Amino acid sequence: METVLPLPTLQISTATYNLTGMAKVLRVFFLLLRLLAVAATLCAVVIMATSHDSTTVFGITLEAKFQHTPALVFFVVANGIAFIYSLIVLFVPSTSLLSRSIIVFDVILAMLLTAAIAAAGAMAQLGKKGNSHAGWFPICDRVPNFCDHVMGAMICGCVAVITFLLIVLYDIHQVLSPKFP
Amino acid sequence: MADENGKQTETESRPWHQTVTLLLVSLRLAALVATSTAAGLMAFNKETKTVTVAVVGTNPILQSFTAAFQQTPAFVYFVLANAIASLYNLLAMLLRPCLKNRGRQVLVHLLDMVVFALVVTGAAAAASMAELGKNGNKYARWNPICDRFEAFCIRGGVALVAAFIGAVLLLLMNALSVVGLTCKNVTSNNN
Repeated sequence: METVLPLPTLQISTATYNLTGMAKVLRVFFLLLRLLAVAATLCAVVIMATSHDSTTVFGITLEAKFQHTPALVFFVVANGIAFIYSLIVLFVPSTSLLSRSIIVFDVILAMLLTAAIAAAGAMAQLGKKGNSHAGWFPICDRVPNFCDHVMGAMICGCVAVITFLLIVLYDIHQVLSPKFP
Repeated sequence: MADENGKQTETESRPWHQTVTLLLVSLRLAALVATSTAAGLMAFNKETKTVTVAVVGTNPILQSFTAAFQQTPAFVYFVLANAIASLYNLLAMLLRPCLKNRGRQVLVHLLDMVVFALVVTGAAAAASMAELGKNGNKYARWNPICDRFEAFCIRGGVALVAAFIGAVLLLLMNALSVVGLTCKNVTSNNN
């Protein structure tokens, strides 16, 4: 298949000069967004992993750890994977072959993070409000430290999700631009 | 269809472009079926069990326990998300003649991603609730309910599987529409 037909040279030079200024600003902004993604995913992992609280009821010690709930374990694992990926992507040069794979992985990881925060959100709502129809009582009044940690981790997770979604939007913009290799 | 006076590249890229379009339409139809199945199954998911609580003299006192999807916010969100996704897919298929414009196709692609995110989050939240209903959480003293409400759990499980299948189909459709958008980019420059 043939590539784009060559345009007149004068048009190319003015077009690239105009695009370079705006494209540079966008590139710097999205590099900062990737740094924010690294920070947000790291915060989510650390805050959730350090959530631990125990309370004593009638002489029985009840412990609340994130490992007891598979949804919170999934949240930690997903944010951990996203953190490692974001770190690696920071050091990858923007060559053409790798940048296509990065776009695909960006989309996959953004969806993984949204699923993780949805699952953790369902569990958090249940822990806070309980479900009277099933006889499941809320636990947040008994282990408030645990619930605060989970809430903090979910806020970091929300920031990470929004950051990843913005990065995906920029990737789509790059794919649709006429200068895409 | 084969233009004898046209460029070589046009006739070469047309069959591939048509295959991509056909695949997109069939994927959207399959995703519509999957998400509407999930929404419908979960929306009509209700089970009532009547148990004898006590016996006064010779009259048994009955109490009925109901398991319905409205009792769990995650399931409500699941039904809403899948209903929105199936309505959107139906609209996108019915309005295909109006969406030949490139700007509108980019808009449809962005809305596809939004709808995919909706379906994925709905399925994830409902899956965490379903896992809890099946296994319980002994540390929080939350007992499983699937041993008592079997039909509710089975129907919910089938709806969940349908939603996950719909999510995979939507993901494939998203990836393919990016390919379709870039391929049109090349062909429109050759026109």
